[in-house]
Amino acid sequence: MLSKAATGIQGLDELTGGGLPSGRTTLLCGGAGCGKTLMAMEFIVRGALESDEPGVFMAFEENTGELAANFASLGYDLKALVAQKKLALDFVAIERSEIEAAGEYDLEGLFIRLGCAIDSIGAKRVVLDTLEALFTGLPDNVILRSELRRLFRWLKERGVTAIVTSERGERSLTRYGMEEYVADCVILLDHRVVGQIATRRLRIVKYRGTRHGTNEYPFLIDEGGISIIPIRSMALNYKAGTGRLSSGVAGLDAMLGGKGYFRGSSVLLSGPAGTGKTSLAGHLAHGASKRGESCLWFTFEESSSQIIRNMRSLGIDLDAAVRCGLLLFQAERATTYGLERHLATIHKMVGQFKPQIVIIDPVTTLSALGTALDVKAMLTRLMDFFKSRGITALFTSLTLGGSPEEATDAGGSSLMDTWLLLRDMQSGAERNRFLTIIKSRGMAHSNQVREFLMTDHGVELRDVYVGPSGDLLAGGAREALESEEKAQLLMRGQEIESKDRELERKRRAMEAQIALLQANFEVERAEVAKTIGQDQLRAGVLAGDRIHMAHLRQSHPGTKGKKPQRKPGGVS
Amino acid sequence: MKPTVPTHSAAVSAESVVQPSEPRYELRLYVAGTTPRSTRAIANINKICVEHLQGHYDLKVIDLYQQPLLAKGDQIIAVPTLIRELPPPLRRIIGDLSDALRQNKRLPKHVPRETWLRHN
Repeated sequence: MLSKAATGIQGLDELTGGGLPSGRTTLLCGGAGCGKTLMAMEFIVRGALESDEPGVFMAFEENTGELAANFASLGYDLKALVAQKKLALDFVAIERSEIEAAGEYDLEGLFIRLGCAIDSIGAKRVVLDTLEALFTGLPDNVILRSELRRLFRWLKERGVTAIVTSERGERSLTRYGMEEYVADCVILLDHRVVGQIATRRLRIVKYRGTRHGTNEYPFLIDEGGISIIPIRSMALNYKAGTGRLSSGVAGLDAMLGGKGYFRGSSVLLSGPAGTGKTSLAGHLAHGASKRGESCLWFTFEESSSQIIRNMRSLGIDLDAAVRCGLLLFQAERATTYGLERHLATIHKMVGQFKPQIVIIDPVTTLSALGTALDVKAMLTRLMDFFKSRGITALFTSLTLGGSPEEATDAGGSSLMDTWLLLRDMQSGAERNRFLTIIKSRGMAHSNQVREFLMTDHGVELRDVYVGPSGDLLAGGAREALESEEKAQLLMRGQEIESKDRELERKRRAMEAQIALLQANFEVERAEVAKTIGQDQLRAGVLAGDRIHMAHLRQSHPGTKGKKPQRKPGGVS
Repeated sequence: MKPTVPTHSAAVSAESVVQPSEPRYELRLYVAGTTPRSTRAIANINKICVEHLQGHYDLKVIDLYQQPLLAKGDQIIAVPTLIRELPPPLRRIIGDLSDALRQNKRLPKHVPRETWLRHN
């Protein structure tokens, strides 16, 4: 197993699987201004401070005073390190104009100086920056080459981990073919300008005996030194959260399975200008602050006060969230830096602020900073970074009008978990906004188009009407339809009421008739009863008369004289 | 311990017939041990001094193995290096000085023999 000396440089140790090969020499090559000296110095300083390995920095181009001044701006106090015997600086001045050649020579002087410096502090690390100065300053390349070969061998024998920097050549890695001498590790730095934006990149050309990333990795130099952000998306091993997070808009939460976004997911909000992307983002930030969650908002097109003012017109007060420290705006013009610097800024800010939610508004402005491939790689890295930290990320993406669905790839839509599409459509004499969920991984979500309304109490989502010809009705058309329906409802209500009344009237008439019939019946019944009574009376009277007559005639008393009687008839 | 040469210091200013027109030469020769190249350089410089600078030079020979810290002070990387401190301007002559004695065709035309010795 190859032992490695950690560089302490952010990202480089990850790329190299632990650092540079320990006890061997690494060649660091690149053109002017691509950060060779800085990277080499950072290796020495971090080695001295973090790995307890003192180092020698032998400079051929800058004197020790210049070096100390240059690195003071990065927060490295070289003089203090020298005083603590953790660092030895040696400036080798080669004045070509002073030098004349007269015969054979060797570089024993350089070896002696280097040996002295190493011994004076017990150095484990050595930097020679840049050895090419020897070629321009000293005569006879044949001697130089054999001496360099000896130097690299000597460094190996001393067991120091060394970096030799070298200028980039036109056809070869280095101008003087230094790569011939260094077998173990070669790192190439590059500084390219594409579309007016300069990007530094690093590539490990070779690293004997170790597995390493072979791509070009953007890196940047800021006040903290060098940082390289490798694409770690190769390992898709972050944990997917199941918690939910309100979007801040009740209607949208309802569309998203009633609960909102997944925590730790990435959300893309795409749409043309003026469809309410930032407003929807503002709702998310506002909702977060009300729950006591923190939100970091990167804005590339508007200033923070502009966003706060605009959101206030929707009845949303972001200022309060900013004041209580739950919302932080980071406003920067996208074109100020290259992609990798934006990425690093985002990394750094997220590391410091530790937000639960990050808003990038709009992510599409970054696409002007590199090729589509670069931007996609950056987005991938961003999303991985957020996901590995469980941060919910909202990206807004500006699309051009026309075909909004097709024009969103700059937003990395395929990488997103949830994709909301905002659209505006003209109908009649007005433009209306609509929202659809194109996808939302892992949850039941509405497939309906909703009208997106901005009111003075925030964003509202309304159901849309489909007109008779199949087109969406929104805004004025929807309102017209709504009022028409209202009128129809009213009319129908009135109809029913009048029908009710008619029925009631009929019922009353019927009841009145029933009462009349009943009364007639009563009258008749009474009359019948009266007739019966009279008949009975009459019959009784007749019978009495007959008995009386018989009695008078004296004929067969008790047996005869009773005539069969006719019963009085029924009701007439 | 590496073999070393005895340090010649201000060795051969035998006669004090210094003519006022002749400038004073102050020379330091840095060598590393007793390698053939070092020995050759010492012999060459002595020869040159005796032949050309008789009476108005001051030569020090320094062995870097014995005094390694001096390498930094005089910005020595190649050995042998001869430093002409005086007369100004400062000159560094790298090599064993064989070329200075031999009429070497490899030397550029515009650099005549022993330029570094001339007062300019």
